[in-house]
Amino acid sequence: MTLDRRNFIKLLGGASGLALAGHAAAQGKAPAVSAGSAAEIMPKGSARRVVVIGGGYGGTIAAKYLRMLDKSIEVVLIERNKEFVSCPFSNFYIAGLMPDMKALTIKYDKLAANHGIKMLHADATAIDAAAKMVVTSQGRLAYDRLIVSPGIDFMTDEIEGYDARTPEIFPHAWKAGPQSALLRKQLQAMKDGGTVVIGVPLMPFRCPPGPYERACLISSYLKKHKPKSKLIMLDANPDVVSKKGLFTKAWNSYYKDIFTYVGGQITKVDTKAKIVVADNFDDYEVAVANVIPPQRAGNIAVAAGLTDDKKRWCPVDAISFESTIHKDIHVLGDATLLPSDGGAMPKSGYSANSQAKVCAINIVALMNDKPTTELSAINACYSAVSETESVSVSHVFKVVNGKIKITASAVSPADFSIAKTEKAYGESWLKNVLTEMST
Amino acid sequence: MKRKWSRWSLAAGALALSATAFAQTPAQTPPTPEMISFACAGCHGTNGGSAGLLMPSLASQSKESIVDAMKKFQSGERTSTIMGRLAKGFTEADFEAMGEFFSKQKFHATNQKLDKAKVKKGAELQEANCSRCHLEDGKEGKDDTPVMASQWLPYLQMQMEMYLTGERKMPEQMAEKVKPLSREELDALLHFYASVK
Repeated sequence: MTLDRRNFIKLLGGASGLALAGHAAAQGKAPAVSAGSAAEIMPKGSARRVVVIGGGYGGTIAAKYLRMLDKSIEVVLIERNKEFVSCPFSNFYIAGLMPDMKALTIKYDKLAANHGIKMLHADATAIDAAAKMVVTSQGRLAYDRLIVSPGIDFMTDEIEGYDARTPEIFPHAWKAGPQSALLRKQLQAMKDGGTVVIGVPLMPFRCPPGPYERACLISSYLKKHKPKSKLIMLDANPDVVSKKGLFTKAWNSYYKDIFTYVGGQITKVDTKAKIVVADNFDDYEVAVANVIPPQRAGNIAVAAGLTDDKKRWCPVDAISFESTIHKDIHVLGDATLLPSDGGAMPKSGYSANSQAKVCAINIVALMNDKPTTELSAINACYSAVSETESVSVSHVFKVVNGKIKITASAVSPADFSIAKTEKAYGESWLKNVLTEMST
Repeated sequence: MKRKWSRWSLAAGALALSATAFAQTPAQTPPTPEMISFACAGCHGTNGGSAGLLMPSLASQSKESIVDAMKKFQSGERTSTIMGRLAKGFTEADFEAMGEFFSKQKFHATNQKLDKAKVKKGAELQEANCSRCHLEDGKEGKDDTPVMASQWLPYLQMQMEMYLTGERKMPEQMAEKVKPLSREELDALLHFYASVK
C-alpha cells in the first residue's frame, strides 16, 4: 500500500508553469517548456558556456572545478539566495549547541572572484532543452551544457491536511535556514513536559542519518533543559535506515527516559489541534512536531522533465552525470538516480561534492573531445550521538560495467571509543568542505 | 534517448561495434590522479590545502609519504578513525595516483596564532634534532617523511599525543630523538613547524 502511495505523486503548489510542466511529465511526455518571450540576458559570446543551477554542495563545486580545469569555459552559477546555509551540522544549531548559523553559512563572492564564475542571483523556473536555454526570474540565458543541482523538494500530498502553511507550524527543517531557526525556537519555547514528534519519511530522502542524529541532539537538549518532556520518532521505514547499531546504542544508553522510537508513517496533520496521525493507528498530541515529508528532486528538475517515470529522481549516467532523458543536461547531488550495483550513493553533502568533481572532469573532457575518465568517488558523513560524541559512515565508489559499486563501506566502532575524536574531526570536515565551496 | 557504453559494445564483440556508439561515447580511461584525489578535498581541502584544524594538508607531500601513509592506514598498522576504512576501498595503484597528484600541488601556507617564544625555541630544537629527516624547516621530508611545515598546530599536537601514548608508532630514528625531549620542548617544536611558511 505504501509503495503505491509513494508512486502517486502530485506536484506541490508553486507557479502554474511548474504545475503544468509536472502534469505533462505525469503523462509520460517530455514537458513542452519553451523559453518563451522572456528577454535574453547575458548573451553568449564565442566562449563555450556551462550554466549551473543551484549553489549548494554540488553546484558550487561543479562551477569551481570546471573553471579550475578549463579557464576557456565560461561558467554561470544561478542561485536564488545570496547565502547558503549548510544542512549538515544544522542539528547542532537546532538543539541549541551553536549560538547562530554563522558556522553553517557561506557567501558566494570569494568563490566567484577567485575562479571567474559569473553569479546570477535569480530563480530558475524552466529549462528549454531543445533551444538550450534556462528561463529565470531575470530573463533567459543560453548554455552549451547545463548542470542542475537543485537539491530536494517535498511530496506532501500523501499527508492529509498538509498545505503550504504547514511548515510554519510543523517545521520540516530539512532545508537549513529559517526552518532550522523555527524548530529551535519552538523547542526553546516549549514547556517542560511537552511531547516532541519527529516524523521520518520513507527512503530515499536527503541525508539518511540526519533524522536519527536530530533525535539524539534534541533528546540531549530535552534531557538537560526539559527533562519531563518526551521525544517520539515516527519512522515510516521498516527500521532505522542508517548507522542503526550506533544510534540505537545512543538512544538506549543516553536518552532512555526521553526518547521512544516507533514505526509509523505520518498520514495526517492538524496544525490547529496540534495533532499528527500515523498509519500505526495512533494519534499524537504534540507540543512540537518536526514533520519531514517524503522527498523528490527539486522543483526545477521536475519542471524540466528530468525525473523518471515515478516523477521522483533524475536518472543520469555514471560518467558525467548526464541526464538519460535530456542531452547536454547533467544532474548532481540529492536529485540524482544513478545506475548502481549493490548500493546507491547516499544523498549526502559529501556525495554531491564528490559527484560534482567527477561531473566537472568529464564535462571538460566531453567539451574538448577527449576521452572521459571512470568515476572514483567518496562519501563520508559524521553524525552526532551526543553533545560531545559523533560517529561516522564512509564509502568509496568505483564504476564496474557502467554501474556504481561500493568498494569499501564501514561505520565507527560500536563502543564509541573514538566518538570524541570523531566529533572533532567532524568539525574539521565542516570547515574544509564549506571553505572548499566558498573560496 | 539511449546511449551505449563503449565497454558494453566491446564486450559484445569489437566487430559489432557500431560507428554511432563510437561517436556518442568515446572510450573511457581508468581513474586518473585527479579523479581519485579530487574526492579527498571534502576533508583535506581543495588540492590538499586544509582549512580544518585537525586535518593535515596533503598539498606538496612527497609521493612516498602519501603511499606509505595510505598503505599503513589500509593495513591498520597506523591507527585512524575514518581514514583506514576509506583506504580499504582503494588499491595501491590508487595510492600512487594520490601521491602523484598531491606531490605536484603547491605548498599550503597557513596563518596561525602562535606563541613566539615557543616558535623560537622550537627552531633551535629542530635544527639540532630533527633537520636530518625534516628537511628545509619541515617544508620537505627525507624519503617518506611528511611535510610538517604549516600544518595546523592542533593536528600536530594530536599526532604527537598519539606517538607518545604509543597509539601511533614512531619510526626508530624519531623515537631516539624524541625520547630525551621534554613535553615543553616537543610542544615548542610543533609550534615551530606550524609557523613555517
